[in-house]
Amino acid sequence: MSQDVFVIAEHLMGNLEDVTFELLGKGRELADNLDGSLVGVLLGGGVEDLNRQMGKADKVICIDHEQIAEFNPDSYSKCLMEVLKTHEPKVTLVPNTSMGMDLAAALSVDLDLPLVAYAVDASAKNGTIAVTSQLYGGKMNVESRLEGDRCIISVIAGSFSSEDGKSDNVPEVEEVSPPDSLTDLKIRFKRLIEPEAGDVDITQQDILVSVGRGIQSEDNLPVLQKLADALGGVLSASRPIVDNKWLPKTRQVGKSGLKVKPKLYLAVGISGAPEHIEGMKDAELIIAVNSDPNAPIFDYAHYGVVGDLFDVVGQLSEKLKG
Amino acid sequence: MNIIVPIKQVTDLVEELEVDASGKDLNREWLKYKINEFDDHALEEALCLKEESGANVMAIALDSADIEKSLYTAAAKGADKLIKVTGDFGEAIPSHVAAKALANVLESLEYDLILTGVQAADDRDGQVAVLLAHYLGLPHVSVVTGVNLQDGKAIVHKEYSGGLMGEFEVDLPGVLGIQAARQTPRYAPVSRVRQAMRSTELEEMPAGDVSVAVGTTVQRMFKPETSDGAQMIEGSAEDVANQILNILSERGLKQ
Ligand SMILES: Cc1cc2nc3c(=O)[nH]c(=O)nc-3n(C[C@H](O)[C@H](O)[C@H](O)COP(=O)(O)OP(=O)(O)OC[C@H]3O[C@@H](n4cnc5c(N)ncnc54)[C@H](O)[C@@H]3O)c2cc1C
Ligand SMILES: Nc1ncnc2c1ncn2[C@@H]1O[C@H](COP(=O)(O)O)[C@@H](O)[C@H]1O
Repeated sequence: MSQDVFVIAEHLMGNLEDVTFELLGKGRELADNLDGSLVGVLLGGGVEDLNRQMGKADKVICIDHEQIAEFNPDSYSKCLMEVLKTHEPKVTLVPNTSMGMDLAAALSVDLDLPLVAYAVDASAKNGTIAVTSQLYGGKMNVESRLEGDRCIISVIAGSFSSEDGKSDNVPEVEEVSPPDSLTDLKIRFKRLIEPEAGDVDITQQDILVSVGRGIQSEDNLPVLQKLADALGGVLSASRPIVDNKWLPKTRQVGKSGLKVKPKLYLAVGISGAPEHIEGMKDAELIIAVNSDPNAPIFDYAHYGVVGDLFDVVGQLSEKLKG
Repeated sequence: MNIIVPIKQVTDLVEELEVDASGKDLNREWLKYKINEFDDHALEEALCLKEESGANVMAIALDSADIEKSLYTAAAKGADKLIKVTGDFGEAIPSHVAAKALANVLESLEYDLILTGVQAADDRDGQVAVLLAHYLGLPHVSVVTGVNLQDGKAIVHKEYSGGLMGEFEVDLPGVLGIQAARQTPRYAPVSRVRQAMRSTELEEMPAGDVSVAVGTTVQRMFKPETSDGAQMIEGSAEDVANQILNILSERGLKQ
């Protein structure tokens, strides 16, 4: 066993995802405190360019092979299992993204390692690993301590600075061949499906009026559209609104939707679940209206109103008209 | 085709949550529970597959407060069979333990497809779907929004970010963590739930040996600190609106 910290890199469409740099930054801190090395693990096909961007790591272990050019829960977990079995790092950081969700728990079972999920912070003091997880839709945090020697931590994107994970250094790269087990896969990647273009691009708007399940019914959308019009903005939404097909997918803000950074993000009837916060926490001005004084959205908003959204929205529209 | 849908109850997040005297768990005395919303989606997708090509749908849950009502609700919506897994697990079941219990029971059942909810709001040690799949040695895909059955395989859509999706072909049996069903989950009126309570058999099965190491311990539970939380705007709706418009004017955001 080593004191090393491994970071599982994530990339999509030829680019490293921001979360990879966040994990490299945090991983650097943990590795330094543990007196271990920081190692990036990169899987893909034709990814030499990406290796070079992970200079924050002391080393990158890379499996670069056309067989794993595309993410596949089966092949990726098999590859990672080999790498982690060989090196036995103390801590493995996995992004709690769609891809990472397929990997972290798989490795926990296959390598018999503890897993702490939904991490927003991690520390290594005197060799003890402590992890803070964000649970209950952002309403409670739980601090866990590692009992044994090694663990896997899956980290919510947006928890750390990605700037801290960038460096101009060029890391040492160790190329590894894919394991033999890849010949026997139970999952096959077929294709990527790109989103259809929407009527508006919410990532390019200055003003977003963003609606959540608190609006209760599709029939209430026109009222909110009116407010968006009066403010010179457009409507965006949380996931349930889109799952209900009240607004198109292109309006969804969050983890599986779009990341937005408008000048004004007016969140009405949105609780502020971690998956939503991921998509909007960098907005310049966030104003939230919610009837629940404990809604997590208020931890991220600059201004908050506890109250009925329809009262506030009605008054705002009235005044903007007049 | 046998489809299994594991369901679980989670605390209603609209409620105020408090930490208990131990400082490590929720005060569960007054908590309201409801079915994990992603389980409604998993069940809906299973019922859609049943309607499309014929399937036997079984809902299964670990014993917990009020779980029978959720199971009978699943029956009222169209599930054919119900199983309650009994055992000596507390209120806050670690994901590894839940997955192991489900895996033990599933080993004696026949199934082609397991559709779980993608995640729940309380799983500190990971998503049960993936753990379950690996205890059973089955393939799994999580964050799934579309399932099609073709030639004994499942063609699934997995959501990444920004609306981008990956399409995969999964050998069966397999486990899929459902994020959203193809249509809004159906609703079962109370009368139909009552009827299901009378007409549907609920089978109990023991969880067996669930001694798996979680490997980490909870030190404390706490509400996120809000040091840089929102400045609250108070007053009547009209006052509030005026204050918001002032803030927007100051920042040049008002037309
Ligand atoms: C893998 C994965 C990816 C996800 N991706 C996304 C994503 O991209 N985007 C996203 O948004 N979610 C995403 N989610 C879902 C996320 O976990 C939450 O379920 C979702 O964000 C909740 O949406 P909401 O805030 O609108 O609804 P809720 O959490 O139900 O909140 C509704 C809020 O409205 C308030 N309210 C009710 N009535 C009123 C009223 N009259 N006036 C004022 N307030 C009122 C309530 O107090 C409550 O806070 C994802 C989940 C998973 C598992
Ligand atoms: N105790 C349980 N009983 C039955 N199914 C469960 C249980 N815990 C988790 N699951 C399934 O796994 C899904 C994800 O839950 P979790 O992994 O706890 O976030 C749930 O939506 C259920 O489908």
